[in-house]
Amino acid sequence: MHYNNNAALVKRELLISLIKLMLEDRLEEGIDKIPYEMTRDPDYQPIRCCVHHDREILKSRLLARLGFSVEQYVDDGTPLSVYAREALARERISAPILTVLDDACNACVKTQFMVTNACQGCLARPCMMNCPKKAVTIVDGHAVIDNAKCINCGICQQVCPYHAIIKIPVPCEEACPVGAISKDANGKERIDYEKCIFCGNCMRECPFGAMMDKSQIIDVLAAKKRGKKLAALFAPAVAGQFKASLGKLVSALEKAGFDAVYEVARGADITAEKEAHEFAEQMEQGEPFMTTSCCPAYVETVRKHLPELKKRVSDTKTPMHYTAEIAANEKPDHLRVFIGPCLAKRKEGIDDPLVDYVLSVEEIGALFVAMGIDVAEMEEKNLDQEALAGGRSFAWSGGVSTAVQAYLPKHIPFKPETIDGLTKESFRVLKSWSEGKNTGNLLEVMACMGGCVAGPSTITNPKVATMQLRKIAEASKGVEATAEASASSKTPASTPAPTVPVGVA
Amino acid sequence: MSETIVKVVVCSGTACYVMGGSELLLLDDHIPAKWKGRLELEGSPCLGYCKDKTSGKAPFAMVDGELIPQATIPEILRKIGEKLGDR
Repeated sequence: MHYNNNAALVKRELLISLIKLMLEDRLEEGIDKIPYEMTRDPDYQPIRCCVHHDREILKSRLLARLGFSVEQYVDDGTPLSVYAREALARERISAPILTVLDDACNACVKTQFMVTNACQGCLARPCMMNCPKKAVTIVDGHAVIDNAKCINCGICQQVCPYHAIIKIPVPCEEACPVGAISKDANGKERIDYEKCIFCGNCMRECPFGAMMDKSQIIDVLAAKKRGKKLAALFAPAVAGQFKASLGKLVSALEKAGFDAVYEVARGADITAEKEAHEFAEQMEQGEPFMTTSCCPAYVETVRKHLPELKKRVSDTKTPMHYTAEIAANEKPDHLRVFIGPCLAKRKEGIDDPLVDYVLSVEEIGALFVAMGIDVAEMEEKNLDQEALAGGRSFAWSGGVSTAVQAYLPKHIPFKPETIDGLTKESFRVLKSWSEGKNTGNLLEVMACMGGCVAGPSTITNPKVATMQLRKIAEASKGVEATAEASASSKTPASTPAPTVPVGVA
Repeated sequence: MSETIVKVVVCSGTACYVMGGSELLLLDDHIPAKWKGRLELEGSPCLGYCKDKTSGKAPFAMVDGELIPQATIPEILRKIGEKLGDR
């Protein structure tokens, strides 16, 4: 599904309304009116059966935006203000990070192939002739599929010369690369969190917007109101999300209430260097290959579905972790808030004691809008310490291996390959590598096609975002010179900080 | 057909971006060949319409000075066609 679609926009509008109320200290007072305000237009066209159903769905969306799981939610008349009070009072966020809205779920019919009236009942009848289960018969001159016999192989659709057979999929189930989504007894979709890798594909692809991530923006704003200091740790991909320079983004984050701002690309520089040392060591020991470890959806995939690949995954920590380490040392009294394009990072954030909260680009964008902050109109501000081009390139496919290569000693053979998007197909590639059929020695894995720039919680078209980010990375200090230095020096892989010079603006 | 030049301005302010405005920056990829040379495309910093509730909703675009709220690529193309007298 297209990144910007009406389902995504409705979710963002809700965020903006919630944040506005929060900033005005009127959350409890105003939250129950949001579903009515959003459907108040006299020309309002209901999406579902009627405006009342739409409002009921908006209510459960607001609950997810308040950070609640809604699978068990039954509207018993409890006003949203009661939930808002509970959200404002809580100190901790709860797993899982995703939730399914039963009211929004369309309970799509099980994937099926259907013959449309474009069927000409031709003489060739390839649908009938090629069906391996003899599920196609001709009734009154038209092909008919017997659903009891059909195994959804799709051959009839492929062979029909009139394109008369269509596939009606279940988009969320189709998008899930690991088969973690299936129907319950009522036909509503359920996520099996023992299998889920939090890639966010279902959330992006559901045309009814029934899968939502549980927001943490209320928690962050409430902490600020309680007098806590906040450090923003923004992911490399975030720099491509607004049409503005890095310096302006830093100003915007400060204006939005963050007391300190860190570029996670700095942590990415550390990851790249450590991973290069680890890789060199592995190759010298005769290991066949190593994979990157910065994509949390991939790491979750290995943990839950490909345990045999675990020994090949780099032990190097993620850019988020290293940046949180820097922030924890420099500003120990600040809450550390990671901001990124990624859903799985919310899970990684819960598991990492150094990270307090994880916000999405959607949330930070909504915060800017609610506060009337236009990033491009902010004052240009220098970062205290700038990341290198390598770290800033982590957000697009291929960027991580390039950054790692820059730190590699020349004598180490380097044959990088990339999994550009975790899908059912690329899953098979991973499986074959784990079975020893690897075709390179460094495998970079990105769960999102195109890299983090195409993450499920972004706001900007990935193509536009990549162009913007490349421009920023190209203007950054390169790593070429330091790579040679790194090659000749004997820096152990466990150095606490990067040994590369830090660029100045 | 007269050789009028139509000017298209796409707002890339933060409010427009959050509501999907970045898509509009790919407008150039959707311009039919017959219109090449007759359009002037421009991305602009915040045009300010998001601050005025009567203007409609973000994202905003302007085609020859005419405001398009909740702009989409097909909507902008339709408006360009209208301005060029080529629907």
